[in-house]
Amino acid sequence: MPSRKLTAALMAATILTGATAAQAETLRLLTWGSYAPEEVVKLFEEKYPDIDVEVTFSNNEEMIAKLRATGGAGYDLAQPSHDRIYAAQLEYNIYKPMDLSKIDTSVMQPKLLDGVKANTTIDGAVYSVPHQWGTSGLMADKTKAPDVKGWGDLCDPKYAGKTSMRLKRTILLGTAFAMGEDPFAAYADLDKYQAILDKVVDKLIACKDNIKTYWKGGDDLSALMLSGEVIASETWDSTAYRLYNQNPNIVFVPPETGALAWIDTFTLPRKGKADEAAYKWINFVLQPEIVKLMSASTGSAAAVKGSKELLPDDKKAAFAAAFSDEDIANLQFFANIPPGVEDMEGKALEKIKAATGG
Amino acid sequence: MSQSDIKRLSLILLFMPFALWILLLIVLPHIGMGVLALREKVAPRVYEFGFGNFIEFLQEPIYWNTLLRTGSMSLLVTALALLAGFPIAYYIAKVAGWRTRGALFLLCLVPLWVSDLIRAFGWILLLRETGVVSSMLQTIGLLNAPVELLYNDVTVVIGLVYTVILFMIVPLVSTLDGMDDAMIEAGYNLGGNGWTVLRRIIIPYAMPGIVSGCIIVFMLTAGSYLTPILLGGKNSSWFTETIYEQFITRYNWESGAAFGFLLLAFTSFVVWLGLKLSRQTLAGTIARS
Repeated sequence: MPSRKLTAALMAATILTGATAAQAETLRLLTWGSYAPEEVVKLFEEKYPDIDVEVTFSNNEEMIAKLRATGGAGYDLAQPSHDRIYAAQLEYNIYKPMDLSKIDTSVMQPKLLDGVKANTTIDGAVYSVPHQWGTSGLMADKTKAPDVKGWGDLCDPKYAGKTSMRLKRTILLGTAFAMGEDPFAAYADLDKYQAILDKVVDKLIACKDNIKTYWKGGDDLSALMLSGEVIASETWDSTAYRLYNQNPNIVFVPPETGALAWIDTFTLPRKGKADEAAYKWINFVLQPEIVKLMSASTGSAAAVKGSKELLPDDKKAAFAAAFSDEDIANLQFFANIPPGVEDMEGKALEKIKAATGG
Repeated sequence: MSQSDIKRLSLILLFMPFALWILLLIVLPHIGMGVLALREKVAPRVYEFGFGNFIEFLQEPIYWNTLLRTGSMSLLVTALALLAGFPIAYYIAKVAGWRTRGALFLLCLVPLWVSDLIRAFGWILLLRETGVVSSMLQTIGLLNAPVELLYNDVTVVIGLVYTVILFMIVPLVSTLDGMDDAMIEAGYNLGGNGWTVLRRIIIPYAMPGIVSGCIIVFMLTAGSYLTPILLGGKNSSWFTETIYEQFITRYNWESGAAFGFLLLAFTSFVVWLGLKLSRQTLAGTIARS
């Protein structure tokens, strides 16, 4: 059988390449675009010369799709957001529990650590610890759109044709909050959540006229804002901070119903082969001097104590311009996505996209 | 080893890469997708065999509307590519001199050296509200306010025609190339005007090239992803985007696989219909050029 021969040949080739790489262990990271800056990787490899770091950049949905395709093989450490652990594990069994004794959790902010633990504990085992956190909210050019305060303002006819949003679940949740609902509370009762979603869909379809286009990524959004084609938009805070550097009129605006906060975690894929190296990486990047390098690259704060002080100066100024203490107390942390909700939300988004409102 | 054995062995060896490619990269994945498409998700980690994913497609107008939209826009792109490509191909094959032909062909090929993604970004830079076209029209005084040319269906169609037109030109040139100039001259000698010659002689002769170009262009367009996503606006759904959403955003591989098969079936049906209507066969068109 030719295919069996081929498999044998491939395996031999794999063994040979494995043998030439000798003892060097490889840490295969599956993470976000800016979460493994070259400088940090270099410092890590200097400290642990026997570990090679291999980085794959991705996003939440693709991370889960990749791990699902292999049953959790191919990577040794992944960084999905804290709301993407529980349901994905229940449905596809792609992660493995963490040994917290191997991680220096004392440096982490207790509130974030406890939050992530509470969200990712299944049968008594903890699956994730926090790394970076940030928020989704609004951004506005305050010379042209000074009154943008809530999610609903993106649909204000005053700014017709000059607003944007990303057609993903964040805007569904934000709009629900702006309509006085609490979607996270409704996760427990999916019928009720569907009722809320239906209202949100109507609202966002009516809003289509007002929107210039749906942005798809940070670069897309940056170009729209900097050119002035869009003056108010949904955004990630890190993107807004970056733009604040180039044009101080563009500020991040935490919506009055609370900015939506996400925490990107460290999670072990189920068939990861280099757990020890993964733990080493986690402890390594939580050190203050590395946190500083990391935050300069990601634009977000690390989940360590005093992380605000470790932000680079320009980001610190942008953060201060955006958040008051009150805004921080008002943060809404993304709740766990129960099985089934992805489908409901996906359908809602399809309805909005397919509607010919404007 | 006899002579015929060697012949047979070398034939097998030559054929092997192609066979492996078809088997491992085309047939096996499709079987996997087929199995996936016939699974229904009942609960987390619980699946049942059934046609639920296909039934869901029929019951949800959003999905089949998107598929019909994709199909009709692809047909429009094909027609436009033919209209724009035919004169170019005719010029290259029949009018241009021997030396200019190579240069013209090269000019058609050059855009292909740049990836689809970069070319789509090129269109974005040209057409956006603060882009080249809009600001140029303002400078020469034709407009007094910036105009948004991006994010609509017209842009998507233009972008797609631009991307695929080469695949129309190449088969047309190779068919027209084989045509004896004497046939055209005879047409004129017998008193036909330009239009009659085109309609009665050139187009019938070029039909295999036209059909094979149309098939390639239609398949490429209906299956394209980048151009419609990047140039399209808030209402421009494309069926490949729906498939991506099912796989990635909704974690619903089952219906994503079913949708993939539906797209394949739909485009195959359109091609079959086109062949029937133009009275051509696959063997006489694609296989020939």
